[in-house]
Amino acid sequence: MQAELLDIRNHIAQHAPFDEMPEELLERIVSGIEVSYYRAGTQILELHQQNTQLHYIRSGAIEIFRRSGELYNRLGEGDIYGQFGLLRNQKVRFPVKAIEDCLIYKIPLETFQHLWENDENFADFVEIEDHSRLRSVISRQQKSNELMSSKVTRLISRKTVSAPTTVRLQEAARIMTDHGVSALLLMDETGESPRLKGIITDRDLRTRAVTNALPSETPISEIMSEGLITISARSYIFEAMLTMLHNNVHHLPVMEGHEVRGVIALSDIVKYESQSSLYLVSNIYHQKNVLGLKKISRDVRDSFVRMVNEDANSHMIGSAMAGIGRSFSQRLLELGEEKLGPPPVPYCYMALGSMARDEQLVVTDQDNALVLDDSFIPEEHDGYFLALAKFVSDGLAECGYTYCTGDIMATNPKWRQPLKVWKNYFTDWIDNPKAEALLNSNIFFDLDGIHGETRFAEQLKDLIATKASASQRFLTFLARNALNRTPPLGFFRTFVLEEDGKHQKTFNLKRRGTAPVSDLIRVHALACGSRSQNSFERLQDIAKTKLMLGDDAGNLRDALEFISIVRIRHQAIAIEEGREPDNNVRPEDLSPFERSHLKDAFQIVSNAQKFLRFRYNAGGATRNV
Amino acid sequence: MSDAIKSANSKQNWPQNYANAASQAKDDRIRSFYQAGCPNPDTPIRDVPLLALDFETTGLEADYHSIVSIGLVPFTLSAIHLGQCWHQIVRPQLPLHQASVTIHGITHSEIEHAPDLEDVLDPLFQHLTGRIPVVHYRNIERPFLNVALQHRLGEQLRFPVIDTMAIEAHLHPNRNPSAWQRLRGQKPISIRLPDSRTRYGLPHYAGHNALIDAIATAELLQAQILHNFSPDTPIGDLWV
Repeated sequence: MQAELLDIRNHIAQHAPFDEMPEELLERIVSGIEVSYYRAGTQILELHQQNTQLHYIRSGAIEIFRRSGELYNRLGEGDIYGQFGLLRNQKVRFPVKAIEDCLIYKIPLETFQHLWENDENFADFVEIEDHSRLRSVISRQQKSNELMSSKVTRLISRKTVSAPTTVRLQEAARIMTDHGVSALLLMDETGESPRLKGIITDRDLRTRAVTNALPSETPISEIMSEGLITISARSYIFEAMLTMLHNNVHHLPVMEGHEVRGVIALSDIVKYESQSSLYLVSNIYHQKNVLGLKKISRDVRDSFVRMVNEDANSHMIGSAMAGIGRSFSQRLLELGEEKLGPPPVPYCYMALGSMARDEQLVVTDQDNALVLDDSFIPEEHDGYFLALAKFVSDGLAECGYTYCTGDIMATNPKWRQPLKVWKNYFTDWIDNPKAEALLNSNIFFDLDGIHGETRFAEQLKDLIATKASASQRFLTFLARNALNRTPPLGFFRTFVLEEDGKHQKTFNLKRRGTAPVSDLIRVHALACGSRSQNSFERLQDIAKTKLMLGDDAGNLRDALEFISIVRIRHQAIAIEEGREPDNNVRPEDLSPFERSHLKDAFQIVSNAQKFLRFRYNAGGATRNV
Repeated sequence: MSDAIKSANSKQNWPQNYANAASQAKDDRIRSFYQAGCPNPDTPIRDVPLLALDFETTGLEADYHSIVSIGLVPFTLSAIHLGQCWHQIVRPQLPLHQASVTIHGITHSEIEHAPDLEDVLDPLFQHLTGRIPVVHYRNIERPFLNVALQHRLGEQLRFPVIDTMAIEAHLHPNRNPSAWQRLRGQKPISIRLPDSRTRYGLPHYAGHNALIDAIATAELLQAQILHNFSPDTPIGDLWV
């Protein structure tokens, strides 16, 4: 290599997998390079085209596509592509397009093979790829979605309209009309500086004031909503979206400390992403009957596919789908109450499992339960609640949420009980753990009150949070169950290698992938007294303790994110191709990119399982890896 | 699509000139250069073998200053072959000014041990033969080469070049704002190599030597053609 080419050498030497390469290999690379310039929008590599060069992006950015034409990845300065074809038959497996003007350094096959044979790092990088690479892939994907890269303050377009809590109904309505806003913030002005106290929305005026024919002199403080759900000005738009979905609110004050920066409305986000899942949610509440709900339930899958194509992360998709499922349940409960009359005693409707964890996808059954007030008298009241449970359950089934095969539904009398019975259930599960019984009750440890007296569900969460962390025996049993399902041992182009050496043509990405991860996260979460339900949020709680070592929690998060996204994409592709989505994947349906990252992710899961066994003394057969 | 770059040279019948010159050349290398021929002006740029060429010199006047180093890289519209690049420091006839030393980063001791241009003419001609030179600012390489050849061989080399700076000048005819526009804050458009590259999203090179500048020029031409012309643009529209 000429010393004058140092600029080129130095650029390459800054980027993996070249960053630890000996000088002689770097020189060999530089002296074999061919440089080509591509304009933005140019197809750089066509599918199945012959390609005998590894491409290195010196400047610019490219997009890689699947065979189906779906966007697969974006790469920028210092990244390489084309290695998968080079490793096999020198045919392009993923078409590549320039999305910016690009300067590409092309490294010939001969050099590629030399590096492959002589530099272990390089060989690992282009084939195996470690978890840090998994992380960079994940963070890059998230950057590309605007909802995840834009701050919520970007949606604030007007000055906040507020009034003191002392105004009267008519005055409040006039202020809202004058300013053309759908929500009015109400400030407590008795202190030194005004503090946000409540909110009143168009909908409140309609449902609370007009419907009840309240006099115009009614103090606004009597009908405003208090205990507001707000969001920090530092949050991203997708967090605002998750908050709205989860709490079923249509307006969010954006706070900077105690100061209100503005209010964003559901319509602001819907505008941002037309046809978003939030739009679907608001539509659910407008439906007058089960038939209407059934009709719009067909849009759920479109909404899912759209989010996948917009590069949303799995937390966002899982929350959106759970939010949609929750809204269907809530609307059905409202319709049920309209039909059956008001409930004889207070109740709480609980979602269990993936919906409670905000990790729902499109292939899902319904898991739910009813927690009734302790004044419940079966002979007098159960007729009502059975009818309500049946109405909701049948309605959900109409909308695509199939009946639970394990009969974990509020229609089952066992799961339609007063609060005190529920408390006994959990106490018994925790104090007298039995492997078999716990296996079936696992799902109850992911719970969320979604309608009615949600404080009942909160009391159960309190009980679990305090009791579970104190019972070693319970955690040991739970850990043992969490080890029942393992990720595949090896992962090849056409088959999955099992522990016993058998080859499988397909494997289940839920049973062998996401479920073992959420199971083991649950154990740690319960051990550290976390009240979170979502696996990613649980991992954050776990990371604050010393339960896991080093960055294990971070690695597990990346693994879960990647496995989930592969599973989600697999389902989205099936929907787009008009097939019924499922969780069974053939390795050959996956891209080499997905396969190699899955391999990394499974390795992380496998290590985390080994650690779980050790940490909770869960014993049992150990798998040697 | 931009139209042709014009100069006194562009309308010459270069293939005929080469053929005539081949019969008159005295030096073998110069004869071979002409015998290799020149593509017809209607040849699409995509089919023309090119050679990006850059000299570092002791000054700007070919008659008073000398070549210090030569960088070149063969290329085509689709690929620049770094494996075939060539860089050579040569001993200037005239004293090296302190100022140029700092610019080029070439030291006195490097120059003392460098060969005379005459000793490296063989490899230089090997690269030149059969290719159209590409330079950024045509008033350096061609005149300096000719003064040097005249001095050493007693003959000169007549050839067309593609000038990436002339292309930028052609693309930005109004690059110097009027007094009125300047008053309103309009900045002149620079057609220097680094500034031109920036307009096409090409990276900045920290180093400053004849070879990296030649590579930079080759990359710039690829970008210019793909943005403003086409791979089918006849070479006759581009050379000057």
